[in-house]
Amino acid sequence: MEIIFNKSKKGKNSYAVPQWKGKDYQLDGRYTGNTSLLLPDVGESELVRHYVNLSKKNFCVDENMYPLGSCTMKYNPKINEKLASDPGFTSLHPHCDCESSQGALKIIYELEEYLKKITGMKGVTLLPAAGSHGELTGVMLIKKHFEKTGENRDTIIIPDSAHGTNPASVAMCGFKLKEVKSTPEGDVDIKSLEGMIDKNTAGMMLTSPGTTGLFDRNIKKIAKMLHDNGSLFYGDGANLNATLGKARFADMGFDIMHMNLHKTFSTPHGGGGPGAGPVAVVESMVKYLPVPRVVKKGGQYSFETDFPDTIGRIHSFAGNFLIYLRAYVYIRLLGASGLKDVSETAVLNANYLLALLKDEYNWPIKRRCMHEFIINDKGFPSGITTDHISKRILDYGFHAPTVFFPLIVEHSMMIEPTETENRETLEKFADVMITIKKEAFETPAIVLDAPHNTPIRRADVVQAARTPVLKWE
Amino acid sequence: MKYTLLNNDDKALMLKKIGVSKIDDLFADLPQDILLDKLDGLPEPVSEMEIHDILKSESCKNCSSRMFLGAGAYNHYIPAVVDDIASRSEFYTAYTPYQPEVSQGTLTAVFEFQTYMCRLTGMDVTNASMYDGATSLAEAVMMSARSSRKDKVLVSRAVNPIYREVLSTYAWAAGLKVAEIPLKGLTTDFSAVKKLCDDETGAVVIQSPNFFGCIEEPDAESGFTALKEEKKLDLIYTVTEALSLGFLKSPAERGADIVCGEAQSFGSPVSFGGPMLGFISAKERFTRKIPGRLIGLTVDSDGNKVFALTLQAREQHIRREKATSNICSNEGILAVKAAVYLGAAGPQLGKLGKLNHNTASYLRESLLSAGFSSISDEPFFNEFMLRNGKSGFDSAAAGAGFDPGKYYPEFRDCTLFCATETDTMQSIDNFIEKIKSGSVWK
Repeated sequence: MEIIFNKSKKGKNSYAVPQWKGKDYQLDGRYTGNTSLLLPDVGESELVRHYVNLSKKNFCVDENMYPLGSCTMKYNPKINEKLASDPGFTSLHPHCDCESSQGALKIIYELEEYLKKITGMKGVTLLPAAGSHGELTGVMLIKKHFEKTGENRDTIIIPDSAHGTNPASVAMCGFKLKEVKSTPEGDVDIKSLEGMIDKNTAGMMLTSPGTTGLFDRNIKKIAKMLHDNGSLFYGDGANLNATLGKARFADMGFDIMHMNLHKTFSTPHGGGGPGAGPVAVVESMVKYLPVPRVVKKGGQYSFETDFPDTIGRIHSFAGNFLIYLRAYVYIRLLGASGLKDVSETAVLNANYLLALLKDEYNWPIKRRCMHEFIINDKGFPSGITTDHISKRILDYGFHAPTVFFPLIVEHSMMIEPTETENRETLEKFADVMITIKKEAFETPAIVLDAPHNTPIRRADVVQAARTPVLKWE
Repeated sequence: MKYTLLNNDDKALMLKKIGVSKIDDLFADLPQDILLDKLDGLPEPVSEMEIHDILKSESCKNCSSRMFLGAGAYNHYIPAVVDDIASRSEFYTAYTPYQPEVSQGTLTAVFEFQTYMCRLTGMDVTNASMYDGATSLAEAVMMSARSSRKDKVLVSRAVNPIYREVLSTYAWAAGLKVAEIPLKGLTTDFSAVKKLCDDETGAVVIQSPNFFGCIEEPDAESGFTALKEEKKLDLIYTVTEALSLGFLKSPAERGADIVCGEAQSFGSPVSFGGPMLGFISAKERFTRKIPGRLIGLTVDSDGNKVFALTLQAREQHIRREKATSNICSNEGILAVKAAVYLGAAGPQLGKLGKLNHNTASYLRESLLSAGFSSISDEPFFNEFMLRNGKSGFDSAAAGAGFDPGKYYPEFRDCTLFCATETDTMQSIDNFIEKIKSGSVWK
């Protein structure tokens, strides 16, 4: 372990703060002097070596396939990065006048228009800074809607296969949660759902396609059941990569949805963020969207905040501008045909990889997948689980799939190759998976003790939680 | 332009292996009547060179020459080393570090960020970042409410008005009550807290330096400190100009229980307001209640010290509706930038703060001599508000400062100015000349 605080030695830092040649304005000593402040004293070359060496201990999508299911780790085009670092955008102050930011406002306006076309929705906000922020915003829209109609609906239905952010977003808005089961075939259990929808049902959240990588075959029926009851249908667009340019969420029957620009629209994930989670809605929900909104009048763009039914503000400024700028670039580069090619190739890649693995690994839900699929450790020698398999994958230079999620499949490995992998890489990954299975039977210790070739050996996460050390002392 | 890699032979071979004849067969589970031939209404695809030119022409329409503008986003010089490190694709094309064995780069840098923020705020624990300052405040309030089981929070009118709007959106959704603490001059009227505080009140929110740039100091006469003890109130201390932390007394020394806000000043540009770098730091008793990711120290199977995500039982992917928040993605690469920035500035951070204070003080003094008048003499860091001169000052025409009138009708004839190390004495003198020439007055 290397940490910058260990490299500190008095007198090495020579960061030059410009000389102030004017009067020295004294601030009363009772306001100044942070006594807990101990910053490391290192030189610039040491700093660079420290972080360059650290960077080498990171796996990244520029290195190899990153098949983390539902995270859509596709290649991030370099032109995105170049344009997002243009000083005309980076140095633009969020409080500057709209006249001085027409270029940025135009990008926001046009991207909203593009996302409307892509989703079939009538209104879009780019303000949410991440997918979960989009979900929260969407659930707030549901709350606002029923506040305005005067109906006291306090429940939202979520499938047992949902991302944890769905129930957490619902709870943050004070709604009660009802969990609907999935069938063994991975669809929402329509019978159970029928019994759950009542006058208290504000809405239902559904990931489409689901976290099992399967498209719900009753989607229009579910939409109708909800709409007949006056309830709203929320679409979690985390897996939009499966249907991009091929089908629109509005046509599936959703009223509200969010997208993850850092998944579907190629913006990098930054080792945790920032993302962007735009929300799109049908006509009747537009009035509730958060502010500020970009309005175009007579060829001029401006931020407007005066919308009486809005849920209000949800961000310090206007969301993650530099992130959605990258998504704008991506959409312009690909156009309608390129976007459709994305989903078709993503689905083809996933199905091909599934075809290579389905006879070797347990395949719990035997349906053709969309952009991702689930296998698990059933049939492995006792004691060797998904956990060990995922660590062994790291030894072969690939990232592990999403593991132990969704919760409805025991010891799930959710694999999403994305459209930016070539056929040879998919085959190499399949070979690795098959080799690991062989190892599990022939030389189980290698799998049990994995990883061996990574920058560190298996981290003890139990100990990390038992005695948390969360800062350097 | 496209980034897919299959040729027709690949596709044919793959479809054959799958056992279907065409790609559309893979979309058989979708209602067939919604499948599109082609999306309508999108522009035709362009080449990389064309999009480069299109965006360049848009970026040129942005004239970001407005001076002395802060109010929640701050222009600071970013040492070259920051972007050089952060633009390594090992950092920016990685996902959340779920597999610690191949993520020590991100984990170490963000653990360093957590440490830096603890040292700067004087708190015990800092999370791996939040979306931005406003949502970090909303989440801090919700964390406090969960902990105290009280549903009312008092918020100073001197807290950034946009943050207060975001807080009120979150509070409306969560069923929390927000009441406003009035101003006394340009700082919080701490003596008013007692009257506002009832049995349901669990926290008090202030910002320091506050929205007007003034340093907040609960004075002894207000009785606030005693009241805070008696009622077990959490003092939530918001910071929007993180650079002040290197120069002023720490929030902990001022009685903070939770510190939240914006750390964009540490290595990230203003970026039209996003991405920003929210953070929450808190006392140890909040460790298991804090939202978002936390990185902790542990060992690997060889016994070496390593880092890993920890205390995940707080988080949505484990705890679902009982989680401390729904946050998942945060602002990871900005936290890495902040760590590199703070490593670069190191012990000079205080000196940089001092330069900010001197520059802003010089600007203030110059403006006073040019016809502006003082509202109060509260101490400030690098931002301050003045009353415009008799005939009025047009901040838009001058291309300088922030007009607070929209949020504070009582300060309609005032301007909020900010000066940082990026403003030189010469640029200030030039601006003052412009003011004296009269062209920026209504």
